Amino acid sequence: MADTEFKIDDTIDITDVVCPTTFVKAKVALEELEDGQILSVRLNDGEPVQNVPRSIKEEGHEILKLTDNQDGTFTLIVKKVGD
Amino acid sequence: MATDYATLKKGGWMRQKQKNNFSLRVRVVGGNLTATQLAKIAEVAEKYGEGYAHLTSRQSVEIPFIKLENVDDVKAALAEGGVEPGVCGPRVRTITACQGSAVCPSGCIDTYALAKELDDRYFARELPHKFKFGVTGCQNNCLKAEENDVGIKGAIKVKWVEDRCIGCGLCAKTCRKGAIKVENKKVIFDESQCNFCGRCYKSCPTDAWDATSGYIVSFGGLFGNNINKGETIIPFIDDKEKLLDICDAAITFFAENAKPGERFKYTIDRIGQDVFAKKITEVYNG
Repeated sequence: MADTEFKIDDTIDITDVVCPTTFVKAKVALEELEDGQILSVRLNDGEPVQNVPRSIKEEGHEILKLTDNQDGTFTLIVKKVGD
Repeated sequence: MATDYATLKKGGWMRQKQKNNFSLRVRVVGGNLTATQLAKIAEVAEKYGEGYAHLTSRQSVEIPFIKLENVDDVKAALAEGGVEPGVCGPRVRTITACQGSAVCPSGCIDTYALAKELDDRYFARELPHKFKFGVTGCQNNCLKAEENDVGIKGAIKVKWVEDRCIGCGLCAKTCRKGAIKVENKKVIFDESQCNFCGRCYKSCPTDAWDATSGYIVSFGGLFGNNINKGETIIPFIDDKEKLLDICDAAITFFAENAKPGERFKYTIDRIGQDVFAKKITEVYNG
């Protein structure tokens, strides 16, 4: 889902996997980015939306936005915060 | 070597149906044993038992088939590995705990540290009947706090911090009590519905909830011949010293009022739930 508010550097969809792969895919995608770049993550309602944002935050990245797509999925916008 | 019967009476030596055989319960706090202790338990089980150990339902370890004549040797051998006999009978029993906030992402309190403190304070204290403490880290209640005479559950009291909030609504989504609504990116928090689970705080991607850790305490739980869920009197206790004062008051009430062989719930019922609640409330307010 396009987000005009932020300049998105990469987009991933983790709606086809379950825990813990959800977080692993997001983590790998963030590792590919440079410090300050922005990742958009499409994730499922339920367990993924309740856990993935928190896990990403605990890794030290900054959550900018979470949008309910009204179709059982959410879009999470994350800014990579380097080591 | 003469058998030290005083040692046997102190507890930990569970008489087996096989004559002169004991299943030795070792002292465990909060479900943790060091590798050294485990190795020593293994060694003793091989040498003096039948080569196996039993995990009890309340986080202790027993070494079955210890012979009466080896009781003192076993005690000495275990001591080399920092293992002591545990407890049974009319006393404060093993203090159980989940892994808590030291390890578990869901934990709201350091359960092991608290279990250790309770163990230092009360271990094996003589009472009219058995008395069980259990410490669980959060509302998931993996340790089943309410089945203990005194159950302690980690809890979190929250306060919304507007300027850190991005209005994502995750807190409202994770709240199982319907205490949080998000309207126009603003949080509406109904504190009266909050059960102190801390899910909002833990799920928040921007740390927009300030959290105070604390305890929910239940009294009079049973899960044996009769089953009773321990009752909570004070909704939330944010101070550990206060918590310990309340535990002291509960155990003193039991020591002073219980008949031999009477579990805490029945003492509370017989003396009066209101009388007990008043005592606890006084300590809490005092």
